[in-house]
Amino acid sequence: MSEDTSHGHPGTEVATVDEERYPVPDPGLEEHLPRLTDVDEKAADRATRQVATFFGLVPILSIGFVVVYFAVPGDAWVDFGPLRANSRNLLLGLTFGLALLFLGIGAVHWARKLMDDKEMIDYRHSAASSDDDKNYVLTELDKVVDESKITRRKIIGRTLLAALATILLPMIVGLADLGPWPTKKKRAETIERTIWAPGVRVVQDVTFKPIKPEDIEIGQLINGEPANLQELHGSEFQIEKAKAAVIVVRMDPNTITIPPSREGWQIGGILCYSKICTHVGCPISLWEQQTHHLLCPCHQSTFDLGDAGKVVFGPAARPLPQLPITTDAEGYIVAQRDFLVPPGPSYFERDSRHDSP
Amino acid sequence: MAEPAATVNDETAVQAQTPKKELGPVFKLAGGPTKWLDDRIGVAGLSRPFLRKVFPDHWSFLLGEIALYSFIVLILSGIFLTIWFKPSMSEIEYEGSYELLRGLQMSEAFASTLNISFDIRGGLLLRQMHHWAAAVFVAAMLTHSLRIFFTGAFRKPREINWLIGVAMLTLGIINGFTGYSLPDDLLSGTGLRFVDGLIRSIPVIGTWAEFFTFAGEFPGELIIPRLYMVHILLVPALLLGLIAAHLALVVYHKHTQYPGPGRVTGNVVGYPVFPVYAAKAGGFFLIVFGVLTLMGATMQINPVWVFGPYNPAEITAGSQPDWYMGFVEGGIRLMPNWEWHIGSTTWSWNVAIPGLGLMGLFFGLMAIYPFVEAWVTGDKSEHHILDRPRNNPTRTAFGVAAMTGYAMLWIGGGNDLVATQFHVSLNSVTYFLRVAVFVAPVIAFLVTKRICIGLQRSDRDRMLHGAESGIIDRAPSGKYAERHRPISEGEAYTLTQHEDLPALLPATDTDGFSVKEIKREQRRRKATRFYFIDTLRRPTRAEIEEAAHHHMHPMHLSGDGEHHAIEAEVEEEHHLAK
Repeated sequence: MSEDTSHGHPGTEVATVDEERYPVPDPGLEEHLPRLTDVDEKAADRATRQVATFFGLVPILSIGFVVVYFAVPGDAWVDFGPLRANSRNLLLGLTFGLALLFLGIGAVHWARKLMDDKEMIDYRHSAASSDDDKNYVLTELDKVVDESKITRRKIIGRTLLAALATILLPMIVGLADLGPWPTKKKRAETIERTIWAPGVRVVQDVTFKPIKPEDIEIGQLINGEPANLQELHGSEFQIEKAKAAVIVVRMDPNTITIPPSREGWQIGGILCYSKICTHVGCPISLWEQQTHHLLCPCHQSTFDLGDAGKVVFGPAARPLPQLPITTDAEGYIVAQRDFLVPPGPSYFERDSRHDSP
Repeated sequence: MAEPAATVNDETAVQAQTPKKELGPVFKLAGGPTKWLDDRIGVAGLSRPFLRKVFPDHWSFLLGEIALYSFIVLILSGIFLTIWFKPSMSEIEYEGSYELLRGLQMSEAFASTLNISFDIRGGLLLRQMHHWAAAVFVAAMLTHSLRIFFTGAFRKPREINWLIGVAMLTLGIINGFTGYSLPDDLLSGTGLRFVDGLIRSIPVIGTWAEFFTFAGEFPGELIIPRLYMVHILLVPALLLGLIAAHLALVVYHKHTQYPGPGRVTGNVVGYPVFPVYAAKAGGFFLIVFGVLTLMGATMQINPVWVFGPYNPAEITAGSQPDWYMGFVEGGIRLMPNWEWHIGSTTWSWNVAIPGLGLMGLFFGLMAIYPFVEAWVTGDKSEHHILDRPRNNPTRTAFGVAAMTGYAMLWIGGGNDLVATQFHVSLNSVTYFLRVAVFVAPVIAFLVTKRICIGLQRSDRDRMLHGAESGIIDRAPSGKYAERHRPISEGEAYTLTQHEDLPALLPATDTDGFSVKEIKREQRRRKATRFYFIDTLRRPTRAEIEEAAHHHMHPMHLSGDGEHHAIEAEVEEEHHLAK
């Protein structure tokens, strides 16, 4: 009653046999229905013309690309309503892109409409090797081990293992100069200090102009840098800037809380804080004048600059370090000393017990 | 009586002079070189197993192809970009044609990116094609792995291929990140700063990992050249090797196929590689290439000249990483600010958990799932017929729950944009998502499972009562009923060919097993109950025949392979005639 459709291939015979596994037996491949292009010569001709057209446009577009490449100037623009595009870039992309697209569409159209679409059946083999192969390999492996004499002379195997285990050591140790080692001494010289020092002027970012307290209004925020940053160049400039960037804010002293230990760090409501977020180091400057909150645009850590830079929202875990400032003989704002704690993101060896006043 | 032996006669001798078949000019021309090759590397022997290999056809099989083809586009466009890009952080003054930045100090990397964008013809097209292809590459891999997951294509013997896929997804994401960091612009530099903070926060080894990565303090002068090496050499080499292994395994195992008439575990039904599949696949490659080129031509992406060169003291609000980093970004924004200060040490859980933990969780869960499901089902047989997602409701529900958790994190990655675009409180969005990340997946699990079971019910309905015909009958009593017509045998087979995986009761016959083994088996059985107890059982043959009889739609389940739908229609007419 049931036929074996397996043709001797494993896994194919059960479809019609086991009633419990297959309540409805496999009816076999459905009848192949011809496409319109298989029966209608006109339709086939039409499809042929379509494929040929797609292919035929490709040389035109390819040559168009070459023409555009040499003929269209680089400063030509084309407007699409509110949008504007560089003509050369747009045309190069349209010609090349459409050429590729039409070549592809032609090929797919040819396959779908004209190429013989009768489905074929192939038979699977088990993913595992045949028993024959397995037996052969196991037998030969036994011989291989015997012929190597390793089982008789065990010390060869043991010393080989030790040798292989350690031969990688030179390669691993060779990576030890990937960077300087962040020992306690190195950390003190690098991530635990900045170029701020007693008497270094707080200057405006970009222009490096010094700042006088009377020029700052309540509610204002100034992006600041140490004046001695100008002496640095290249990667040294970037490294030090990434630690030393500050913001200077002026708030009404009656509306903020200044801890007793930090009374001398500010100038009549003008406070200086590190600009580098204590979360993962983005420079902060979204300043909310009314609430005295400073919002970091990266992950939205929010610090209350009117309360020793305490974290009031977000993933930052430590308050923003404050730079003690005063004025120099000419009345410009200067730092009293370097930060008391390392600015920027946390690290394992950081002693974070002194961040809050 | 023996037949006479074949003799050579004049006819045959004459025939031997002329070629057997008239070959076209291309084949004639190729004949010589082909023979030359075959003499040396046995081309015919190599091509024989592949020439007419069968590939099943389904649109969902194109997702992996999109990933492969966009990778090829990445390689090609990437090679072009390396011709002009300078991976150096040395500072120079910009003297190119983009006026707004002229005279500014910037790294060579950034300057060369501007050069490619404005002074190399087709340069901007290449940059944008490359970046779009990267976005599409990761998206295609993720969508493809979702298809694999929901159809159960990761089951034996394809577990290794699944792991290779997880590895490629990881590498693709890493390469995307290293790639967009190369121009050393403000946006990607900010991303690098984030990574610096992340590396630094790792307990115990953080500063060491940071100093080794950046050759000292951030940003240093070696990170861009190092990322360049990773981006153009290390990861592409690994990816190429993994892709080769991935495709080799697909060829060895043969492609899976969706259930259908004539399709059984032991066969594969489809089109041969030559000519049909090669034309379709080759054509599709050109289509993907073409679409990516058109995207690069018409859709701006990563306009680094607007961002400017990297400056550690500058930033733009609404900064976002590329889309595939969104879930990590969300994790790091939503995470509460937990940090331990123990003695003089700092343990930054607020950064390390989402930064490392999320990636580890995401890829780790992906990697182990096939083995978890295999342990639960105890299934050791090979699977080559794909699952319809509704027939494994718990797996499907897990998948949707994972997608939902991912989505919550992804939205969290843009919590400031959600706040500004929809005029809601940023704080509220963050608190809501902190809860949603855990609650939404649970809700999604429950809802998805019920939907799957509902779909199974509708399948069962179709099996037993036929399809709705759209014709309404009114009985003399005034009652309305829709007439049903029987479904084809092919469809009936498709709806019932899957396996009913059992929900097992606790084992009672435990003699001869250790306590540990018994406990493990009881746990496994409990897991099968969790997985399969709600799943609908397929109707039995007896039930189907009874229902057909009841509806006067005799479906002949004789297994003779013939279709009987037409006969059933005739029966229906008889029914009407009454």
